[in-house]
Amino acid sequence: MKHLLSVDDLSATQIHELLELTDHMVEVSSRPIPKVPALRGKNVVSLFFEDSTRTRTSFDTAAKRLSADTMNFAVASSSVNKGESLRDTIETISAMGVDAFVVRHKSSGAPQMITRWTNASIVNAGDGWHQHPTQALLDCYTIRTGLNRRDSFDGLRIAIVGDIKHSRVARSDVQAFTMLGAHVTLVGPPTLLPPSLDGWPVEVSHDLDALLPHLDVLYLLRVQRERMDDALLPSMHEYSSMYGLDQRRAAMLAPHALVMHPGPMNRGVEMVIDPADLPGSQILHQVANGVAVRMAVLFTLLGSGSDLKGDAS
Amino acid sequence: MGHTAEGRIVLSADDVRRALTRIAHEIVERNHGLDGVVLVGLQRGGVWIAHALADILAGIDAATPVPVGAIDVSFHRDDVGLRPIVPGSVTDIPDTLDGRTVVLTDDVLFTGRTVRAALEALNDYGRPRAVQLAVIVDRGHRELPIRPDFVGKNLPTSRDETVTATADGVTLR
Repeated sequence: MKHLLSVDDLSATQIHELLELTDHMVEVSSRPIPKVPALRGKNVVSLFFEDSTRTRTSFDTAAKRLSADTMNFAVASSSVNKGESLRDTIETISAMGVDAFVVRHKSSGAPQMITRWTNASIVNAGDGWHQHPTQALLDCYTIRTGLNRRDSFDGLRIAIVGDIKHSRVARSDVQAFTMLGAHVTLVGPPTLLPPSLDGWPVEVSHDLDALLPHLDVLYLLRVQRERMDDALLPSMHEYSSMYGLDQRRAAMLAPHALVMHPGPMNRGVEMVIDPADLPGSQILHQVANGVAVRMAVLFTLLGSGSDLKGDAS
Repeated sequence: MGHTAEGRIVLSADDVRRALTRIAHEIVERNHGLDGVVLVGLQRGGVWIAHALADILAGIDAATPVPVGAIDVSFHRDDVGLRPIVPGSVTDIPDTLDGRTVVLTDDVLFTGRTVRAALEALNDYGRPRAVQLAVIVDRGHRELPIRPDFVGKNLPTSRDETVTATADGVTLR
């Protein structure tokens, strides 16, 4: 595997292999000294054209735990502000010797485009409304460990609630969850669902309460406040009363059900209850698993030698 | 010793069992007992050896239980990126290794590179008082200054031969 651009690029087998490798990375992270020399001498550059704290920090931590060198390209203080094109930026940094770029960009397809301008591996850390493959992998890993479903998600019922239309997380998660065998229902106001669900292997519902008792996983998306300005939502209060997770709805969940959220969370909107009061909350596990999954991705791209022949002895 | 389709049988299952029994006694002798001893098997071939030795040691000195762990050294190898690396089972070290005597176990000692990786990996779990190495077969061709402390059998080989060592015996082909 040279790049990770989209969940589309992965087979169910490859997802399972990455999740198994993640088990090793969780163990590495739990050592008294959580650092291994596997990617010594490799240079990983984060190139974030959009704001992010957790994803950037997570990749940075992952690369450091594997002993890679890391460089943060801060767009705000870069020549991008002098009008440098994306291509020139990539070619310039590549010339310094880069093994992988971790890219976040507001335009869908930007990471794919970048693969043409450099020999480095590209990891998509979120592009527009399109894809966020490492989020999907860390969510799969969280469900796999949280519900002890190592082999498949066959028969699991997962609801993804909120702004599906503008969410790369929803798009990536739907693909990954269904590829592993889960049954996915999308829940949200009609204005926040994609105009066409042709080809999405999902069901759609507007009635969250009816679903809650049957769910194995309740996945809440962040309500993006800027959508209010686009008049897609009447008010935060109305959204919250229809789709927010409050005390009453939390009590309707099955005891084993997991509650997940990709962060950052809007308390009082989609998350009304304090997640600390939710026994099934996986939100902090998702963050910790994110580091381990990204270690597995970086190791697979840069260190596994998966494109080489021969056995280790 | 006979031949099978898999090659020349160097040690039978009984021979392997006797060699492990002797190694277990040597471990007790060398360490003046079992206080502080931890067995750590190298993934994948050395893990069953650590468990087999622990069983035998329990028969020798039942009063001092010996913890058993397993270590995967994939991320410490010196050939990362040079050939495919597929980790075995997840590393499981039972406790801190500070001040303990670690007996690393492996099936076949060859170039010594896996053992070097293991020595480095062990550092992540603490600072052992000593590390000793037990192997079923030492087949020579070392590429690093590493030697075993406990050996089932010294077996002269050529580089392109393959040695397999399991509880069922040792074969060379």
